Amino acid sequence: MSQIIMDASVMEKPERSKLEHTVLKPLERLPTKGQNVLLAFLALVFLIGLGAWARQLALGLAVTGLGVPVFWGVYIVNFIFFIGISHAGTLLSAILRIVKADWRAPFTRLAEMITITSIPFAATCVIVDMGRPERFLNVILYPHFTSPILWDVCCITTYIITSSLYFYTALIPDLALCRDRLEPHISSWRKEFYQLSSLGWTGTDVQKRVHHNIMTILSIVLLALVISVHTNVGFVFGMTIKPGWHTAVIGPYFVIGAALQGLGILGLIAIFVRWFFRLHTWITEKHLDSLRQFTLALTCFWGYFTGVEILTTFYGHAPAEMQVLWSKISGPFWWSFWGMILGCFVIPFFLMAFRPVRLSRVLVLSGLSINIGMWLERYTIVVPSGANPLAYFVGHYFPSLTEWAITAGWVAGFFMLLLLFMRIFPVVTVWEVEEVGH
Amino acid sequence: MSNHEKGVSLTDNHSTTRRGFFKGAAVFLLPFVFRRARAEVAPRKREVKSGTRLWGMVIDLDRCTACQSCVIACSVENNQMLGNPQEAAMGRVIRWIRVQPVVKESAGGSRQSLMPMPCMQCEDPPCIKVCPTAATFLDPEGIVGQVYPRCIGCRYCVNSCPYTAKFFNWETPSWPKPMAEAQNPDVSPRYKGIVEKCLFCHQRLQRAKEKAAFEKRALAEGDYIPACVLACPAKAIAFGDLNDPGSEVSRLSQSPRAYRLLDELGTEPKVSYLREE
Repeated sequence: MSQIIMDASVMEKPERSKLEHTVLKPLERLPTKGQNVLLAFLALVFLIGLGAWARQLALGLAVTGLGVPVFWGVYIVNFIFFIGISHAGTLLSAILRIVKADWRAPFTRLAEMITITSIPFAATCVIVDMGRPERFLNVILYPHFTSPILWDVCCITTYIITSSLYFYTALIPDLALCRDRLEPHISSWRKEFYQLSSLGWTGTDVQKRVHHNIMTILSIVLLALVISVHTNVGFVFGMTIKPGWHTAVIGPYFVIGAALQGLGILGLIAIFVRWFFRLHTWITEKHLDSLRQFTLALTCFWGYFTGVEILTTFYGHAPAEMQVLWSKISGPFWWSFWGMILGCFVIPFFLMAFRPVRLSRVLVLSGLSINIGMWLERYTIVVPSGANPLAYFVGHYFPSLTEWAITAGWVAGFFMLLLLFMRIFPVVTVWEVEEVGH
Repeated sequence: MSNHEKGVSLTDNHSTTRRGFFKGAAVFLLPFVFRRARAEVAPRKREVKSGTRLWGMVIDLDRCTACQSCVIACSVENNQMLGNPQEAAMGRVIRWIRVQPVVKESAGGSRQSLMPMPCMQCEDPPCIKVCPTAATFLDPEGIVGQVYPRCIGCRYCVNSCPYTAKFFNWETPSWPKPMAEAQNPDVSPRYKGIVEKCLFCHQRLQRAKEKAAFEKRALAEGDYIPACVLACPAKAIAFGDLNDPGSEVSRLSQSPRAYRLLDELGTEPKVSYLREE
C-alpha cells in the first residue's frame, strides 16, 4: 500500500530525476528493522567502549597493558588509524576535484562523510591516552611551540574546521534538493534543518560560480592540510631520537599510508552503499575500476616506502636500530610486522593487480586487508621502538581488555555516526554527478 | 540578480585589499617569527655564567657495590610509591634512581656491570623540547624540573628520554599507614596521571640556600648533598658544582676514567661515570 502511495507521489513530481529519486528515497523512508538492529548493536559496542574509558578515568592508565618502557600503545595506534581513515574524503575528493577526474563524482560525498565521522574518534583517542584528560586545555593555555604534539594540535584543529567547511559547502546544493524535493511527511525538525542549512540556495548562475570558486579554493587548502596533518603525526615520532622512530621518511610514509588506508575504507564502504542504496547506475564498474587503479598505485607506493626504510636501516646496521628491526622481523613483534606486509602490500597487490574475483569483491577484500594491515603498520611503528629503548633493557607490551574494548567501541562509534549521517544527508553528491554527466 | 552581481563584485574589491593586508602583515611578522623559532629550536647550548652553579654528579663504578642503598634513600626522601610484585612485573614501580644491569658482549664472553642511573640532568634535554605544555624545564642551575600541575600526562617526554629516566604515575600511589605518616614534608606528593623524575633532591638545595642565607654566608661545597649521595656506603657518588673548577665533582669528571652515557647523542649529561678498572 505504502509502495503505491510512494509511487503516486513520485508521479506528482516529474521534476525529480532518476538519480534524485534513488538518492532521496532512503531519506524519506523510515529505517528498516535491520538498520535499527545494526545501529543498536553499534551503539551497544560504543557504550561498552565508553564504559571502559570511564573505568580507566577512575583507576588511571594502570588498567592498560602499558608500563616501562612501552609508554604508548594501542590508543596512539588507534589515533593514527582514525586519522588515516579520515584521509579518505579529503584525498579523494580534493585531489580528484583539482585534477578534474570525472570518476570521483559518485564517491565524493561518501568520502567526505567518512572524513567528518572519523575525525572526532581520532581526536578523542589522544584524550583517552592522556593521564590527565581534564587538563587538555593546558595545550592551548600554556603552548610550547617546539613540541610536535602542539604542531599536531594546530594541524588537526585546522583540518577539522576546514574539512567540515568543505563537507558542508559541497552539501549545500544537495541540502536545497532535500528542502525542495523530499516528501512532505518527514519530521518537522528535519524540514527546518534543511531549510536553514541550505542557505537559500536556488541554483542561480552566480551561486554556482561562487560555489565552484569556494570549492576550488577549499580543495587546494585541504590538499595542503592533508599532507601537513599526517606528516606531523609522523613528526611526533620522527623528531625524537628513539631507534626506529627517528627517520626522515616517516612523515611522507605516514601520508602515503593514510591515503592508502583512506582509499581502502572508501572502496569497502562504497561497495556496501552501492548495494544498499541500489546505486549501480551511478557507481558503475568503470568508476570502481578507477578506484581500484588509484588504490593499487598507492599500495605500490606504500611498498616502496617500506622497502626504502627497511633497506636503509639494514644497510646502516646501527646496533640500536637493528635491535628494533630484528624485534619486528623475527622477534616478539613478528606477527604485526608480517601481518602488515601481507595486509598492506601482498594481499591487496595480488587482488587488485590480477583481479581473481569480481571487481566489487576485490575492493571489499582489499579494503578490509588494507585497513587491518594499516592498523598493524602503526602498531609495528609505535610499540617495538618503545619496547627497545636505548637504555640497556627490553620491555614487553600487549593491550589489555580495556584497550581492546575502547578500540572496538571507537570503531563501532565511527560506523554508527556514519550510518546516522547517511540517514540525514544524501550519500551521493547529486549536483556533481549531474554536472559531470552533462 | 543584480544584487547578487553587486555582492560578488564587492567581495572581489575587498579581496584585493585583504590580500594586500595579509601580505604586509606576513612581511612584517616574518623576522619576528624567524627569530623566535631560531631561539626556540636551534642553539640549545646555554651560556652558563662563571658565577652560576651547575649541579653535577660523578658515579664511580669501581667503588659501587650495587647495594641499592641509593635507591632506598631516594625513595624515602622523595615520597616514592611503595609498589608491589604485580606493578614491578609491569615495570610500573617508580624509582628515580635505579641500579641498571648492563650486559656487554665481547669475544671472551659476556660481562654484566651494574650502573646506578638517576636522571642525567642533560644540558640539552630531549624531554624538554617535546613537551606540549612546557611542563618540564631546565632551571638556571642545570636541574631538569617537572611542573606537576601543568603536566597533561601525554608521556611524550618519557618516550623521548634516551635514558628512560622519567616516570609516569599509572595509578594513584598508595602506602601502608605507617609509611604514609612518615612522608617527607618537603616533597610534594605526586598523583595519578602525571610524569615525575629525579630532581637532584632540589628541596635540599632549597634548604641549604635558606640556611646559608640565614647564616649570612655563601653556599659552600657540601652544604647541598642529595639523599643518594649521602646514603652511599662506598662513597661511590660525588656531587657538587661543575662550574667550580676546584670542586671534587669537577675534578673527577675530568678524570681519564670518566665517561657519559650515550654521549654520542649530544644530550650533554651532567652525570658522568668512572669506568671500572
